[in-house]
This record gives sequence, C-alpha cells and structure tokens, in this order.
Amino acid sequence: MITKRIIPCLDVRDGRVVKGMNFSGLKDVSSPVLLADYYSQGGADELVFYDITASSDGRKLFTDILRETASKVFIPLTVGGGINTIDDFDIVLKCGADKVSVNSGAIRNPGLITEAALKYGSQCVVISADVKRVDGVFRVFAKGGRENTGMEAIDWIVRCVKNGAGEVVLNSIDTDGVKKGFDLEMLKAVSECVDVPVIASGGAGCTRDFITLFKTLPRVDAGLAASIFHYGEVKISELKKEMKKNGIPVREV
Amino acid sequence: MTAIIDYGVGNLFSLACSFSSIGEEALVTDDLKMLEMADRLVLPGVGAFRDARKALRESGLEDGILSLVKKGKPILGICLGMQLLFDKDYEDGVYDGLGLIPGEVRAIGEVISKGLKIPHIGWNALSIKKDSRLFKYIKNGDYVYFVHSYHAVGCECDTTSVTDYGAPLTASVEKGNVFGCQFHPEKSGEVGLSILKAFVEI
Repeated sequence: MITKRIIPCLDVRDGRVVKGMNFSGLKDVSSPVLLADYYSQGGADELVFYDITASSDGRKLFTDILRETASKVFIPLTVGGGINTIDDFDIVLKCGADKVSVNSGAIRNPGLITEAALKYGSQCVVISADVKRVDGVFRVFAKGGRENTGMEAIDWIVRCVKNGAGEVVLNSIDTDGVKKGFDLEMLKAVSECVDVPVIASGGAGCTRDFITLFKTLPRVDAGLAASIFHYGEVKISELKKEMKKNGIPVREV
Repeated sequence: MTAIIDYGVGNLFSLACSFSSIGEEALVTDDLKMLEMADRLVLPGVGAFRDARKALRESGLEDGILSLVKKGKPILGICLGMQLLFDKDYEDGVYDGLGLIPGEVRAIGEVISKGLKIPHIGWNALSIKKDSRLFKYIKNGDYVYFVHSYHAVGCECDTTSVTDYGAPLTASVEKGNVFGCQFHPEKSGEVGLSILKAFVEI
C-alpha cells in the first residue's frame, strides 16, 4: 500500500537554513546539507528546499548546496523559490532536484507549467499555491502571500493540473504559523477536484494534527511542515510511529 | 567500474552520486568503449517510452549494449530503463523494446482500482516473489520510491518482487544477467543503496 508522506521544508537564504534549530547530534544547525541528512536518517520521505535568496550570489550558493545535498541524501528532493523560466527548471534539475515547485512564476506565466511538463514530464512539476479566504472565497496570493491575485483558488489549481502539474502543494495562509492544525476545509475542497497528489502545508502544530489530516482527508497524500520539525517539537520517527498506531500507512525507518 | 548509459534522457547526477556513496566508481557515458570497459551497465530513463526508445536508437549505442549484455555483462534498467528491457510497450502506440526479458509494458490504469491516483508516486513496500541477487541486503516489506504510470506484465517467470497499488504491480525483474527495478533505488534511501550495492557485487 502506498504510504502517506512526511515532508520537512527547509527555507534557505545565502546558503543557510533560515530558522534557528537545536538538535542534539547536529553540529551545524543551519547547514542545509547536514540538516537534510539528519531528516533523511530520521525518516523524512522527501525534502523541500525553498530558496528565499534575493541576490545572485546567494543563488549560486543555493545551487552549490543543492548539488552537495543531492550527492549525499538519497530521497526525493523538491526545489522551489524563484522559479520563473524553463532555464530555472534546468539549473536546479541538473543540480540534483527531482521535482520543481512553481508559484509566482506560474501566476505570471501559466505557460511555464505546460512547457516544463512537456520537457521534463508532469512528475517533475509541482504547483505550489498560497491560498487565503477573502470574503468567504479561496483566493490565490502571489509574492510569498503578500499580493492577492484575485484568482479563485480551485479554478487556478485545476487549470495548473490540466496544464501538466503533477502534484499540488496547498499552503493555507489562514492557518500558516497558527499551529492549530491543517486547513481541512480548504484541503478537502482542493483534493476533491484534482487527481494528482495533494500535499498539505500550513498549520501543523503537533503530531495529532497529522493524524487528523490523514484520517479526515484520505485524498491528501502528504503533510509538509517546517518549524515544528526544525524546533524539534515533532520528531518524524515518533510522528510515524503514532501514524502507524492510528492505522495510517507509513514508511518506518 | 559501473557505466551509466547516457543517451540524453533525464538527469543522471543523483544516480551517479548514489554509486559513489557506496564506494563504486560510476561513469556517466555515451562512449561505447567505456561501456565495453565497464564491469556492469545501468540503463536509466524518465519520460515517455517513445522518446526514450528513439533517443536510445539514435545514440548508436543500442547494438553495442545488446551485444555486451548477450555476452553476459550485467545490466540494471531503472524505471523507464527497466521498461525498455521488455519486448513491447503500449504507451501512446505500440513500440518494440530491447527484447531482453519476455513481457510487455502496459498502463497501470488497466489493472488498479478506480479512484487511485495515476501516476503511482511515493513510497511503497516490496513484496518479494522470488529470490533475487539484488535482494541480498534487504527484506520483504522494505519500502522503495516509485514514480510511474506504466508497468511490466506477462513477465511472471522473471518477476522477483511486486508492490501493491490496488493490484500487484511489477516492481523488479531478473533474468540471467539482466535486472530491472521499476522504482528508483537512487531515491529510496538506505534500502535503495543496499540494492545498488548488491548489484555491484554481482
């Protein structure tokens, strides 16, 4: 049986992981390579590297780090942040990424998804959507959640999947950072409308939140989180034990 | 030395690194001389069968590969590279494969239950059907990473493991010196590396 995936997300700026972390046995808490390896050993099913660098120097550092990670960590690696052109796809794929996640780049140019899916295959193209309720309607936001595009979220996501996106990361701005659980209402609405894997993001605060997510929404395939893993509030190995106890299929390491 | 056959399909960086990490020298190459020198071959592949088949034919390496394999050199096909080993493929038409293992490649949609997502993406367990030299270091039920919409059928005699996705899908095959993994050992953590280690020890 296919297992539900647990995915830690690492925000990388100027070659370092942004959020402060503290693990025993991890010498350099902000080294993306060491942290990626730590998560992989601990049972992460996949990793997301998010490049939040603004400068071109930082960009170069990011691709160096990507290469180093891909040469040491042998689980699937998704890369996002600043992906605007097919050349951006090409650069990160050559550095060892398995999937590329697009957000604002696809909003500016929806043809990017089609082009990338034709060139690299749908399995390689992830649409990441930042979604927030505005007057009771799910709206897509761009630029890291700062700008309301006015687009209705489900229409947008369905269109991206039709154009060739092979996976959806749904990040709820409403629950992001609140740590009171995933946005089940939003995730339900989206997961019922697409046939590709849906990854839930935003809101995980404890182990229970993942159990509730997978128990309530069988069409959600994976849960993504950053700070609760980075701060050690939830340990992936223990999370997976709990999931198994609750009858959720998981890969135990 | 292991030669990873570069016929212009997909990115072979991680694959090469996975061999280095188990202490095996791996060379990504499109040079037939290097394939001849290598102790074993890896046939990778992503994307559509037709494109990969065309790329392999146009690489000019096909006859060389077939003759090396017929002389006994071990070859491991991975994902689409495994699908290329069979007689026939039915992805958007009918295409001839390399014919190294009897069987054909069909859409998983023909066998899996309705409502399951296609492609089959993620970690799934191996159910071992027959002993394989690739399984020296792994056990029944170990998890590996899959990404595929097609799978091999009619190859029961050579199937060494299957995985359950609403129906049993062919996960690995072995026939003499010809091996195939539908999953990605280079993306399957320690289990995947153990499979590659077993391959290089053959």
